[in-house]
Amino acid sequence: MFGSLTTPRRVVVTGMGIACPLGVGVANVWQRMLAGESGIGPIRLFDAKDLPARIAGEVPTGSKTEGKLDFNEWIPVKDQKKMDRFIQFALVAAVEAVEDSGWVPESEDDRNATGVMIGSGIGGLPTIAENAQMVAQGKSRRLSPFFIPSALINLASGHVSIRYGFKGPNHAVVTACATGVHALGDAARLIALGDADVMVAGGTEAAICDIGMAGFCAARALSTGFNDTPTEASRPWDEGRDGFVMGEGAGVVVLEEYEHAKKRGAKIYAEVIGYGMSGDAYHITAPAEGHDGAYRAMRATLKNAGITPDQIQYVNAHGTSTPMGDDLELEAVEKLFGEACKGLAMSSTKSAIGHLLGAAGAVEGIFSILAIRDGVAPPTLNLHKPSRESVIDRVALQPQQRNIEIALSNSFGFGGTNASILFRKAP
Amino acid sequence: MSDTAEKVKKIVVEHLGVEEAKVTAEASFIDDLGADSLDTVELVMAFEEAFGVEIPDDAAEKITTVKDAIDYIEAQKAA
Repeated sequence: MFGSLTTPRRVVVTGMGIACPLGVGVANVWQRMLAGESGIGPIRLFDAKDLPARIAGEVPTGSKTEGKLDFNEWIPVKDQKKMDRFIQFALVAAVEAVEDSGWVPESEDDRNATGVMIGSGIGGLPTIAENAQMVAQGKSRRLSPFFIPSALINLASGHVSIRYGFKGPNHAVVTACATGVHALGDAARLIALGDADVMVAGGTEAAICDIGMAGFCAARALSTGFNDTPTEASRPWDEGRDGFVMGEGAGVVVLEEYEHAKKRGAKIYAEVIGYGMSGDAYHITAPAEGHDGAYRAMRATLKNAGITPDQIQYVNAHGTSTPMGDDLELEAVEKLFGEACKGLAMSSTKSAIGHLLGAAGAVEGIFSILAIRDGVAPPTLNLHKPSRESVIDRVALQPQQRNIEIALSNSFGFGGTNASILFRKAP
Repeated sequence: MSDTAEKVKKIVVEHLGVEEAKVTAEASFIDDLGADSLDTVELVMAFEEAFGVEIPDDAAEKITTVKDAIDYIEAQKAA
C-alpha cells in the first residue's frame, strides 16, 4: 500500500480564507482580533426569545468592501438554494484561500493532484430542520430535490471541487469540534504521502438555528448568564465563565507540497510540521480526568514533528469557556510542557468569535499561522480573574508581541476525539 | 402572450437564473437554459405551487421545453 514511499514530503501553507463572526477576509478578521474586538451579539438569524442562550457569533451581513458577508457577491443566487449555509461559508473561505494561493491548475495532471478536504461538525442542520417541518405538516411531496445535497457534509468539498475543477482526493471530516484540525492534519498527510500535491482543507459550520441552539442548550453546554452583555460571554479560564458561545463560519487553507510551492514561486505562510490524534474512551461529552486525551494528542503531535516542548512559543487553546474543559486543558498543557511552561503563551481566540464547532480548528489554525507570521499572540478577551493560576501566560485582554517560531493548535470534540497540529515559520 | 405563459417564463427566469430573452417557447430547460435534472424537478414543483395543479412524474418527464410547460398547465386548467 505504501510501498512507493521513502520519506514523507514536506507540507506548507500557501493560501488562507476566513468567514467568521469578526467578518470576512483574513486581513480584516486578524486586524479586528488584535484590536480586541468581539464578534458576539444577540441572535438575529431566528427568534431566540424562548431559549436560555440568546447570543451567538453570527457572521456579519454586509458588503465585501466593509469586510462583511453578502453571499450574492460570492455565489450565483440560483446556486444558493442548492446549498445550506455551511456550504456557502465553505465556498466563501475557499475562494479567498484559493485566490490567495494563486494556484490555478492548468493541466489534467495538476487538476488530478489538487484535492479538497473540508469538514463540518453538524452539516446542514437548518435545512434538515426546515424539511422535517414540511414532512411533519404532511408536505412530503413538496421537499426540494436539493434538500439532501444541500445538507450533506461532504458537499462543501464537492462544491469547491466543482467550482475550480479540482479532481484530486475529495474528502470530508466529521469529528464534531475537532473537525477543523483533523481536516488540516489529514489533508497534510495526503500530501506528505503523495496522494495529492495541493489540498484545499478546512472546516465550516452554520448551526445557529433554533434546533441547533436548543440542542446545545439541552446539553447545558452554552453560556446563559451574559444575554445582556454578549461580548463578555466567552471568557476562557475566567472564573465567571458559564459555557461556550456558539459561533459560525468557515476557515480554509491551501496546503501544498513544499517543492511544488517553491517551484511556482508561491508565497509560503508556514510549514505543517506535526499532527497527532487521540480518543478519550471515556464519556460522550465530558473530558477525561486531567484531560488525558488532550495530553496524549499533543504528545503524539510533538512526537510526529520530532520536537520538544521548549521549541514551542505559542499554543492556540481549544479553550471554549466551559467551566470544566478550560482548566483541564490547561492542566494537560502544563503536564506536557513542564519546565517549558515558563515563557509559553497560550490564548483562546474563542473569546472573540465564540466556538465555531467544526470550523474552529481551521480558523484557529489560521490564527496560529498569523501569530507566527506577525510575531504576535492574539488575546484572550474577558480573562480578568483566572479560576486556576498558572505560570503559562494566557495573553489576557491584550495581544502580546512575541517571537513565535512554532505554534501548536488544539481542538477537542464530543465523543472524546482530540487533535493537535503544529506550524513552523516558513522555511 | 397568455397569463400562463407570462407566469411560466417568470418562474423559469427566477429558478434557473437566466435572462428573460433566452426563455423562448421553444427553449429546452436542459439544452438551452442550463438546467440539470434536479433543476427540472424543482421547476415542476414551482409550477404546481404557482398554478395549483398536480403534475404527476410521468407527465413531468415529458415537460422539457417552456412550451411543454405552458401547454400542460393550460390543458389542466381547462379540464
